Amino acid sequence: MVLAPADRAAVLALWRKLGTNVGIYTTEALERTFVAFPSSKTYFLHLNLSPGSAQVTAHGQKVADALSLAVNHLDDLPGTLSYLRELHTHKLRVDPVFFKLLCHCLLVTLARHYPGDFSPNMHASLVKFLNHVISALAPSSG
Amino acid sequence: MRRPRRRGVVTPLVAHSQEMDKERSPAQSSSRSAATISLTRTERTIIVSLWSKISTQVDVIGTKTLERLFSCYPQAKTYFPHFDLHTGSAQLRAHGSRVLAAVGDAEKSIDNVTSALSKLSELHAYVLRVDPVNFKFLSHCLLVTLASHFPADFTADAHAAWDKFLSIVSGVLTEKYR
Repeated sequence: MVLAPADRAAVLALWRKLGTNVGIYTTEALERTFVAFPSSKTYFLHLNLSPGSAQVTAHGQKVADALSLAVNHLDDLPGTLSYLRELHTHKLRVDPVFFKLLCHCLLVTLARHYPGDFSPNMHASLVKFLNHVISALAPSSG
Repeated sequence: MRRPRRRGVVTPLVAHSQEMDKERSPAQSSSRSAATISLTRTERTIIVSLWSKISTQVDVIGTKTLERLFSCYPQAKTYFPHFDLHTGSAQLRAHGSRVLAAVGDAEKSIDNVTSALSKLSELHAYVLRVDPVNFKFLSHCLLVTLASHFPADFTADAHAAWDKFLSIVSGVLTEKYR
């Protein structure tokens, strides 16, 4: 699966704008996921999940780094993210539905912070990009 | 295979619902409770409060929600072959308002969404037959639109409350499918 040029350009442009703040938004996305979809907390029983937790922030940064890596390697997401796929499917055993929930919360977060940039076209490009990432992390989830 | 719909032709709901009721047992035909999800008092307060802001921009929010739906989930367009779906289309704006008005009806009768949306529930079950997955897509797009229009109000708690509320609405709209 390859991202179309227009979608690629849109995602890259937005990521440039997010700069070093990606971690802030992925952390907020995680916090929203825990509030709106509490069953997701089951994968984080070893963390302090209270609002503002440093552990959630640290995890948010890990997610941000992975997404930024994906953005810079759009030509080979499965290869680039293979170590994460191994981790999430064989070790963590995350139900792929949670990737979709986290992506939904990330989109809501970005829409909140960048309403002017978050047109329907940008939204669509991000949905496609995140779907590619989810496919790379959990190939059987479709 | 979905029966092709002709533009402007809507089969009477009453005839359909009577026909469908004959196929159900008496227990099923009587009113059933919709979703088993229920809202807490706090969630209700959040929903009502945000709705008071949404209601002043129903046109814009309805239109933007549908634009996002058709951009991100093009399969939803298959239910609108009779519409001009380009940005700025009057039909898109009218339909967006209609969708948001229904959400408003649900909000006004937040303790009995089943009753408030029963006609719409029949419409979706017997005439439109929109695949339920599309309600999730629409809900997602509405939540993203709300987040972009009301960033300060759309806290994690507000997001959770509205996600729950829209799940209830979607549940009511699909409860008569089977």
